[in-house]
Amino acid sequence: MLSNGGRFMGYTLNFAAVWRSFDLLLEGLALSLALAFGAILIGAVIGLITAFCLISKNGFIKRPAGTYVTIIRNTPILVLVLFTYFALPQLGFRLGKIESFVFTLALYSGAYLAEVFRAGLLSIPGGLREAGLAIGLTEMQIRTSIIAPLMFRNVLPSLSSTIISLFKDTSLAAAIAVPELTFEARKINVETFRVIETWIVASCLYVLTCSILAALMREVERRLSLPR
Amino acid sequence: MSNNLLEIRDLHKSYGDVEVLKGVNCTMTQGDVISVIGSSGSGKTTMLRCINMLEEFQGGTISIDGQEIGYEMVGGQRRRKSEKEIARQRALTGMAFQQFNLFPHMTAARNIMLGLMKVKKLSKEEARSIAEKWLDRVGLRSRADNFPGQLSGGQQQRVAIARAIAMNPKLMLFDEVTSALDPELVNEVLQVIKTLAQDGMSMLLVTHEMRFAYEVSNRVIFMNQGRIGEEGNPREMFHKPKSERLAEFLKTSSFG
Repeated sequence: MLSNGGRFMGYTLNFAAVWRSFDLLLEGLALSLALAFGAILIGAVIGLITAFCLISKNGFIKRPAGTYVTIIRNTPILVLVLFTYFALPQLGFRLGKIESFVFTLALYSGAYLAEVFRAGLLSIPGGLREAGLAIGLTEMQIRTSIIAPLMFRNVLPSLSSTIISLFKDTSLAAAIAVPELTFEARKINVETFRVIETWIVASCLYVLTCSILAALMREVERRLSLPR
Repeated sequence: MSNNLLEIRDLHKSYGDVEVLKGVNCTMTQGDVISVIGSSGSGKTTMLRCINMLEEFQGGTISIDGQEIGYEMVGGQRRRKSEKEIARQRALTGMAFQQFNLFPHMTAARNIMLGLMKVKKLSKEEARSIAEKWLDRVGLRSRADNFPGQLSGGQQQRVAIARAIAMNPKLMLFDEVTSALDPELVNEVLQVIKTLAQDGMSMLLVTHEMRFAYEVSNRVIFMNQGRIGEEGNPREMFHKPKSERLAEFLKTSSFG
């Protein structure tokens, strides 16, 4: 398969052109991470509020939250990205490329994280809420001091895979010419014609970053685990 | 206003169509230690949970220290008080639960400090010193920085009792606090409750430990099918039950 110093099924691998533009790829990666970080941060707030709404007994609170989650989860993210960037300006809601993508990914991650958080909330024994009430805490104090920290610990494993998945989704920003990693790789590909090399390097950068994210999340999980 | 610490008048509580409390009347004064006994489903725990509004109730009134709990009459309509007011009223009572319900992500000390800081608005240092004082009282000073998962069931329950008492409630409610414990751990918890009773703490205990109820309480209430079947001092109740139902219950209970 791979022989003669970089020949691969008749194709000679040559990374030199890609290395020359490597700084562009790194800049793209930095933007990808920034997009993911911003969107997940906003999405986590949306997700947490939505999760509390989803477990509410009040239909007026629960139904809109459920509708939001259903719509977002049943729409391809690429469609959402294109809709926000191309269709919303027609309605007078104009955002820059980066803002538009972060807004979309935040809404998208909010719906996914809401489901993750909802499962986490349901796993917390009701007795803890009652114990909080019994010492005179308000519902809000119980949520912030007891429920949310415990829920966060419970959902860390699934949160980790959701975060990685959302990071990979930043590649869709290339569709609206946000200069993140995939967009930069495509540019280098067009300029150098080194198709295989470019996408191998870009893929390696994604794999490496995801592995580091996973390791970081495992460390957070380890540190927050409760002693027994 | 009466001098009663707790006054329950004609308490009615239903879950849907099922009426679990069918007009309970009960009073207690400062320093009373009252055990509530009765078979499962007789309404003991529900009554206790109504007193601190963990359960809503549809009829009757509960007053603690002259304050009507949970509901008020506005323009002839019975209305639930605001959540803030209910939270404030809940602090009049302390409660220990069957399943301890310690916050698993906080150390023993932090479990006690949380209410002191958030509800009583004490500083961290003040809260810590009160937490340590009460942990000392329940014999767990050395476990202040242990998490619940590192403590035995009996120790967890003692921390839970300390957490409730540290809030300085007027009345302590104990809901079958030894039911979830291994037999060898029951005594350490009962000992703590006994000490609190000797210190003059007013208590209402739902319990299946008949020997303990006999020893620690100055009054016993026997609940039967959502009503108070019989009440009196433990000596009379346990040795000369008036009703057949109580006699039968005592025969099948651990007070043999």
